[in-house]
Amino acid sequence: MLALFYIFIGVAIGVSFWQITRVMNLRSVIADDHDNDKQGKYFLAFTVFFYAMMIYCLLAMNVLMLPESASIEGEHDDNLFDITFWLIGIVQFIMQFLIFYFTYKYRGRKDRKAKFFADSHQLEIIWTIIPAVVLVVLIGYGLWQWNEVMDLSDEKDAVVIEVYSQQFRWDARYAGEDNTLGLGNVNYIDINNLNTMGVDMSDPNAQDDKQVTELVLPKGRKIHFKFRSQDVLHSAYMPHFRAQMNCVPGMVTEFGFTPKFTTEEMRLNPEVMDKTNAINKIRKAKGEDPYEFDYLLLCNKICGQAHFNMQMKITVLEQDEYDKWIAARPTLAEVIKK
Amino acid sequence: MSEHHHKETFVTKYIFSQDHKMISKQFLVTGMFMGIIAVLMSMLFRLQLAWPDTSFTIVEAFLGSHQTNGIMDPDIYLALVTIHGTIMVFFVLTAGLSGTFSNLLIPLQIGARDMASGFLNMISYWLFFISSVVMVISLFVEAGPASAGWTVYPPLSALPQAIPGSGAGMTLWLVSMAIFIASSLIGALNYIVTVLNLRTKGMHMTRLPLTMWAFFITAIIGVVSFPVLLSAALLLIFDRSFGTSFFLSDIFISGEVLHYQGGSPVLFEHLFWFLGHPEVYIVLLPALGITSEVISTNSRKPIFGYRAMILSIMAIAFLSTIVWGHHMFISGMNPFLGSVFTFTTLLIAIPSAVKAFNYLTTLWKGNLQLNPAMLFSIGLVSTFVTGGLTGLVLGDSALDINIHDTYFVVAHFHLVMGVSAIFGMYAGVYHWFPKMYGRMMNKTLGYWHFWITIICAYGVFWPMHFIGLAGLPRRYYTNTEFPMFDDLADINVVITLFALAGGVAQLIFIANFFISMYRGPKATQNPWKSNTLEWTTPVEHIHGNWPGKIPEVHRWAYDYSKRVDADDDDSDFLHGQDFVLQTTPLLEGEEPS
Repeated sequence: MLALFYIFIGVAIGVSFWQITRVMNLRSVIADDHDNDKQGKYFLAFTVFFYAMMIYCLLAMNVLMLPESASIEGEHDDNLFDITFWLIGIVQFIMQFLIFYFTYKYRGRKDRKAKFFADSHQLEIIWTIIPAVVLVVLIGYGLWQWNEVMDLSDEKDAVVIEVYSQQFRWDARYAGEDNTLGLGNVNYIDINNLNTMGVDMSDPNAQDDKQVTELVLPKGRKIHFKFRSQDVLHSAYMPHFRAQMNCVPGMVTEFGFTPKFTTEEMRLNPEVMDKTNAINKIRKAKGEDPYEFDYLLLCNKICGQAHFNMQMKITVLEQDEYDKWIAARPTLAEVIKK
Repeated sequence: MSEHHHKETFVTKYIFSQDHKMISKQFLVTGMFMGIIAVLMSMLFRLQLAWPDTSFTIVEAFLGSHQTNGIMDPDIYLALVTIHGTIMVFFVLTAGLSGTFSNLLIPLQIGARDMASGFLNMISYWLFFISSVVMVISLFVEAGPASAGWTVYPPLSALPQAIPGSGAGMTLWLVSMAIFIASSLIGALNYIVTVLNLRTKGMHMTRLPLTMWAFFITAIIGVVSFPVLLSAALLLIFDRSFGTSFFLSDIFISGEVLHYQGGSPVLFEHLFWFLGHPEVYIVLLPALGITSEVISTNSRKPIFGYRAMILSIMAIAFLSTIVWGHHMFISGMNPFLGSVFTFTTLLIAIPSAVKAFNYLTTLWKGNLQLNPAMLFSIGLVSTFVTGGLTGLVLGDSALDINIHDTYFVVAHFHLVMGVSAIFGMYAGVYHWFPKMYGRMMNKTLGYWHFWITIICAYGVFWPMHFIGLAGLPRRYYTNTEFPMFDDLADINVVITLFALAGGVAQLIFIANFFISMYRGPKATQNPWKSNTLEWTTPVEHIHGNWPGKIPEVHRWAYDYSKRVDADDDDSDFLHGQDFVLQTTPLLEGEEPS
């Protein structure tokens, strides 16, 4: 296979060299009517190729896309995305057609006279105002949604969870009974005594905090994430929930969302099932274990050598299952030796 | 300037030349050399992305100690994407594009004997040359070159403990960039002064070709924003080498707490993107300027909406300096700032749309001469629209949350600034090659070059949008650790095949360029029947550009296909031909356009 590849490359280089020397002997250098005609038609052919490719990708790659938002806040994201995508899709299809069609239609001919058309205030005004009006809608909806997502000020009932990043792993800390996280700082890190997240154990709020290596979230409750990083920038990317926030050493960043489906429910979602089946077909052909859908948190800010494998599983449970799970975790006071 | 001709030696003519035409060629060839390195790098990491577990002899040959059995190491993968980005953005598309064509065209198109300061111009090139050498040297340091992404966010770029490339490699990167910025600033100041002061008689600002407007405004953006990157680079050097804490705070790494207190990486992001975003337009505007000129000349029509084009260039330039935060929506900065930046960012769509529509209208009812330069310009309009439209998705903070740093972003910016700017650069080379070397480039090879390149460009970047929408993060060494991305593997193979073909196809251009330089047919004085002043100079380069007096300008640059009777499309062409040089006085009773 590889040998064939090298032979192919060799032949290609040989042919190109031969062609180039042949072509370089042609002395005609400026496009004449014959060239204009040929290139104009090539543009038409390219339009066909281009549209076929665009449409094929749009249809065939639909199954690859992320499934519907698994957070309530993300619904409007999907909505806004659909509106924007339809809009730019239509503009793209019209504009590209016009560009290539004009090139074909007005390809140069000796007997053609170009129209002297230098200016039109009317046209300029039309294509300034139309985009402006459309943008008002997009900006308006976008800003409204942005404020909805980013405003975490009055969430009394939210579950507070700290997500903690380091090269190259994630940890999480639940705020416990008091729903308040104990203070954290790298100076408190004490690996020998299992204080890996640098929690100030003299802080009363820290005693009932619970440290875990996998996120478990209750369905239907607002989750208030606080992010910290111990070394370099990381980014906590939870694509299924339309959620992402950078983790910045030296400061606490925040994000919030409300899970809409449990992991089990999501596995039965038709879009997820289609995607999972497609993936499993590929995995089976390669002799790998079947894949089962799980929510994931991925690192999405370049952070070093193993950036490509910095992930944490997220499980969404019903409230009562979640309560059982969290009750079974030990508190920091129990884990960390003084 | 031209009056006292110094005796020229080989050194003063070809090496330490102060002649803008020679300096422009120096910029072009250096830029092309750097471009070859960057393209080779992209081909290497595309191999890795398509076939992560396959051993390649070529990887073994190129990467030496940074690979095991023909499979590259994760660190060097990150180094490759970092240096690919750095070289492409700065060395090829800033210096290679702006440096080449600003230098070549500004004196020629405004009617000046040379740049305002030929000496500073020479310094500008040699600083660029030194910074290129330093960047290339950084590829060979033992721990590898800078690897923290072309955005070099600290702390990753500040701490060698975090990634090996942040040692000597990063130091050289910063030194190289500091020198580069100095070069770029000196160049830009020179361009601005020259355009403002050295225009020939009659060359009002509103008679300048759009290339001049684009280069002029580009230079202003550069002067406004590059110093901020320089300050960021200097502060980063302090943090790395002298123990300050501008960008670092509360760090625990390799088992110890570092002493840094009170700095913020977000501050670096602000400083970086205050250049980083205008940089997009520093790259793009010259390409758009070249396109305006090439499309108008080859359509045999005036550029549509000349004044609207100038206004949109200015609007884009102004807006470009107040949108940097859209790279930082999820950086942890105040969400209110995110709202402001969303607003300003989406506004850029308006002048951009105006430009696209004006190009389209210029094509309409033209008499299109489909020379290679014209094909690349039309290609630019196409990729500019395709890439620009997805900007509406990314610029919207609410949508950016979920596609930030995915391959959707990679596809977007490669189309809108990468491919578009490269197309503009190619258009410029094909169009002005006769002015640079006195010979013509081969047409047929130009056609081959264009068609393979545009098919490959779309073959690479159109499918790439979709793997981004599937949630695939960029800068991953391999995607095999995530079963959820298994169904994207085939697409990555297709992308790589197109990328390899597209990369190899550039050899056609390089062959054409160098062979034509020596063996191409001799150029005539005005091969494209263009209106602008550069085509009134002799084919053979002379110091001072015009043998006698500098010609006087009497009209704008776009009197193509102007009729005797302005209201009658069937009337005869003015002067019996479809172009009127800017030096031709108005006829009696002729309305200026």
